[in-house]
Amino acid sequence: MNPNLLCRLLSLLLLLAGVLQFLPALIAWVYDDSSFTTFILSGSGLLLIGAAAWWPARRVRIDLRLRDGFLVVALSWIVIGLAGALPIVMLKVPQVGVVDAIFESVSGLTTTGATVLIGLEAMPPGLLFHRALLQWLGGMGIVVLAVAVLPMLRIGGLQLYRAEMPGPVKDSKLTPRIADTAKALWTIYFSLTLLCMLAYHVAGMSWFDAVTHAFTTLSTGGYSNYDASIAHFQSLLIELIAIVFMTLGGINFAIHFLAWRRASLVPYQQDPEVRTYMTLLLVFAAIATAAIVFYGVEPHWPSALRLGLFQAVSTMTSTGYTTAGFYLWPGFLPIFFIFIVFIGGCAGSTGGGMKVIRIMLLYKQAVSEIQRVIHPASAGIIRIGSRAVESRVITAVWGYFFIYVASFAILSVLLNATGLDLETSFSAVATCLTNLGPSLGVAGPHFADLNAVAKSVLVFAMLLGRLEIFTLLVLLTPAYWKDA
Amino acid sequence: MKIIILGAGQVGAGLAVSLARENYDISVVDHDESRLRQLQDRVDIQGVGGHAAHPPTLLRAGIEDADMIVAVTSSDEVNMVACQIAYSLYNTPTRIARVRAAEYLETPNLFTREHIPIDLLISPEQLVTDHIYHLIEYPGALQVLDFADGQAQMVAIRAASDSPMVGHPLRAVAEQMPAGVETRVVALFRGEQAVIPEGDTVIEADDLVFFLAARRDIPRVMNELCRNVAPIKRVMLAGGGNIGERLAVKLGGDYHVKLIERSTERAKVIAEHLEHAIVLVGDCADSELLRDEGIDRIDIYCALTNDDEANILSSMVAKRLGAKKVVTIVNRPVYADLVEGQQIDVAVSPRQITIGALFARMRRGNVVRVHSLRRGAAEAIEAEAKGDAGTSRVVGRAIAEIELPPGATIGGIVRGEKVLMAHRQTTIEPGDHVIILATEKRHIHDLEHLFEVSATYV
Repeated sequence: MNPNLLCRLLSLLLLLAGVLQFLPALIAWVYDDSSFTTFILSGSGLLLIGAAAWWPARRVRIDLRLRDGFLVVALSWIVIGLAGALPIVMLKVPQVGVVDAIFESVSGLTTTGATVLIGLEAMPPGLLFHRALLQWLGGMGIVVLAVAVLPMLRIGGLQLYRAEMPGPVKDSKLTPRIADTAKALWTIYFSLTLLCMLAYHVAGMSWFDAVTHAFTTLSTGGYSNYDASIAHFQSLLIELIAIVFMTLGGINFAIHFLAWRRASLVPYQQDPEVRTYMTLLLVFAAIATAAIVFYGVEPHWPSALRLGLFQAVSTMTSTGYTTAGFYLWPGFLPIFFIFIVFIGGCAGSTGGGMKVIRIMLLYKQAVSEIQRVIHPASAGIIRIGSRAVESRVITAVWGYFFIYVASFAILSVLLNATGLDLETSFSAVATCLTNLGPSLGVAGPHFADLNAVAKSVLVFAMLLGRLEIFTLLVLLTPAYWKDA
Repeated sequence: MKIIILGAGQVGAGLAVSLARENYDISVVDHDESRLRQLQDRVDIQGVGGHAAHPPTLLRAGIEDADMIVAVTSSDEVNMVACQIAYSLYNTPTRIARVRAAEYLETPNLFTREHIPIDLLISPEQLVTDHIYHLIEYPGALQVLDFADGQAQMVAIRAASDSPMVGHPLRAVAEQMPAGVETRVVALFRGEQAVIPEGDTVIEADDLVFFLAARRDIPRVMNELCRNVAPIKRVMLAGGGNIGERLAVKLGGDYHVKLIERSTERAKVIAEHLEHAIVLVGDCADSELLRDEGIDRIDIYCALTNDDEANILSSMVAKRLGAKKVVTIVNRPVYADLVEGQQIDVAVSPRQITIGALFARMRRGNVVRVHSLRRGAAEAIEAEAKGDAGTSRVVGRAIAEIELPPGATIGGIVRGEKVLMAHRQTTIEPGDHVIILATEKRHIHDLEHLFEVSATYV
């Protein structure tokens, strides 16, 4: 990879990140809170660094190679994660350390939503907006945003897009040009967010809460302005709106695009992944509701349904809003919610987890293996909808599955080694790797009490989960750097 | 402008690459997804896997808002049906298809709006046949391009070191022509570099020179520019495929034609169609056969099989055994660069020729014909000047006054039956066909705009 080219691309992203920090500054100015100068300072600082890095490399005109996309995207996420942490460190209220600030920023950007901040109600609005904005940007992907808005990324945009987009088949484009595809995705994302915001406001949220919560709903991030999360509002209407938009955020945006272009709901109905996703959501909601009644958490069916449906949707889409502290619930319920997030949202959505399509492929492959035992001569073709899936894709999914499980195991052991108990270490890694947010054990209410090493491991887990492992891990292989 | 290309074969992929670089929105449809993936890795296009003529596939490629469909799959029938579907179901404005089978092409009434609505038929075999025929017609020529229905032609020749034009400025070359014969050098390539031809540009040995002249003057100009080139009499064609057969038919009785075909059955079929040519059965790289058939007295040897490597090797054998000139079909541009000018005199790329023909249709603004030179490095464009001095930026103006984009030169004008060479004071009249050479492809769109008639232009 040409260092000048890398410098040029990263500095452009830094400039973008710097400009975007003036938005929370604006909010801080409106609410006249203490964070105004911090955001102005950090935003200008980033602009300066970005400009300084960009100036010497401004004339570089080299095409991005296929493999360069991984490095650029991985580094962009790290750099923007750090840039997001800058104002958090600089703030006087709350007083947090460097690791905590990075954790908070990366947790936002990767749409995880795990927080180290306690007493959110007392935080400056500028900071709350900053956290929500980070999640919103990370939801659809900040590199995809850059491809949409920066004309210089028109060439090589696909390489970046591919390294950031979640899902097993990465080269499907909605339009002939990658920049137009990125623009279409962001337009849909923006419109849905706007819709969500209006709905929240009509349902009773203040404009500020409506905007920040719309940001964190569509991005399936789950940051809230209140320690109690959505439970703070005690409003059925708000919960229903959240359920609808979390579900939409977990659907492939390519399907939203088709539905929008054809002005019909048929694409949702026809897409096998969306159908499975919706079925799973309903089944999990039903199981959760039944268990909530069975264990006596909430003996009344309607209230149990309200709790169960919200929590099932919130966890499976990897949002992580809560209407009750489910980590305190009895029986299998806590672990149930941690397990369903491994399925996650659809490919090409803002949801986390392993993605519904991969689970479908793994399941179908398993069924076909069983069939092969009975009919040794069967062709063993895996179909999704009416189209056969290339065996290459299925092998890739198996490889992905292995690395996912292995990462989960290794990181859990590492966390356990830092002195955390078993329940906390397993659930914390699970929640960060799947970009969910809420955890069990010590980390149940928030992540503030974890040690710094554990937090650093979790930061890595969150990036690993958001960039779907390969993008980050490929950089750690010697083969990537050989003849680079 | 959005274009859907059906088929990611050599022509489809080549076309997609060229067009995507010129900022067209391109979707490519093919049933082979790995081929699409490779193509997507190289250029910014959308690949759609599936059967090229099936409406759902076309819908996924976005046919509803496409401006043009180019059907270049390997099947004539799929190409024709795809154009029919695009027209009937989605009203796609422009439909271009490649149709190979002469049996379809011989019935022109078929391709009308009422039957199979194809706007432009591309037949690569026919194009390649014509191309090679020109090379045989004018020995010494490396490429011959037709303008205004063949009234004017542009010919590429390599300036041999003993040629009378080497070492002289272009002005002198034009002056040494016999009375009544007008010609103009419109492009000059030195190695890979394009040189803008001015009056005082001096021609060096091994330069590739493109000159323009009226068709009837071409033999005399050729005679002046490259002496010692004897006319071609004996032709040997290797490969009895569609191109070989068509070429043999076209050459007819004017030349002594020998055609080598490997398969006995195929040879029998060709022999039935050919009155004058001698059809030989055998391997075209068999040196004994070539010697027996007097390869050392052959004026031009054409390797026309569909296998690049076989063509190149048999041409090299023929050249070594004494063939005076060898012409070879080479599809891969890398091979063409490698061998042309060294062991092989002319490498003909069917892909490039087909793409050039397709490009003519992509160009707007009254562009009638486009030829691609040097494998796409430059383009020769024929545009019709329409409108009047008030609405056009070219009509009524002297050539010196026209604001051409960088790298473009006007070579000549075809006015009715007359072919005029461009001079600074020549004035363009409405209806003129202007022949322009463009060496910088990124300015080609400006050239298109130049020839658009605009009501608002003052």
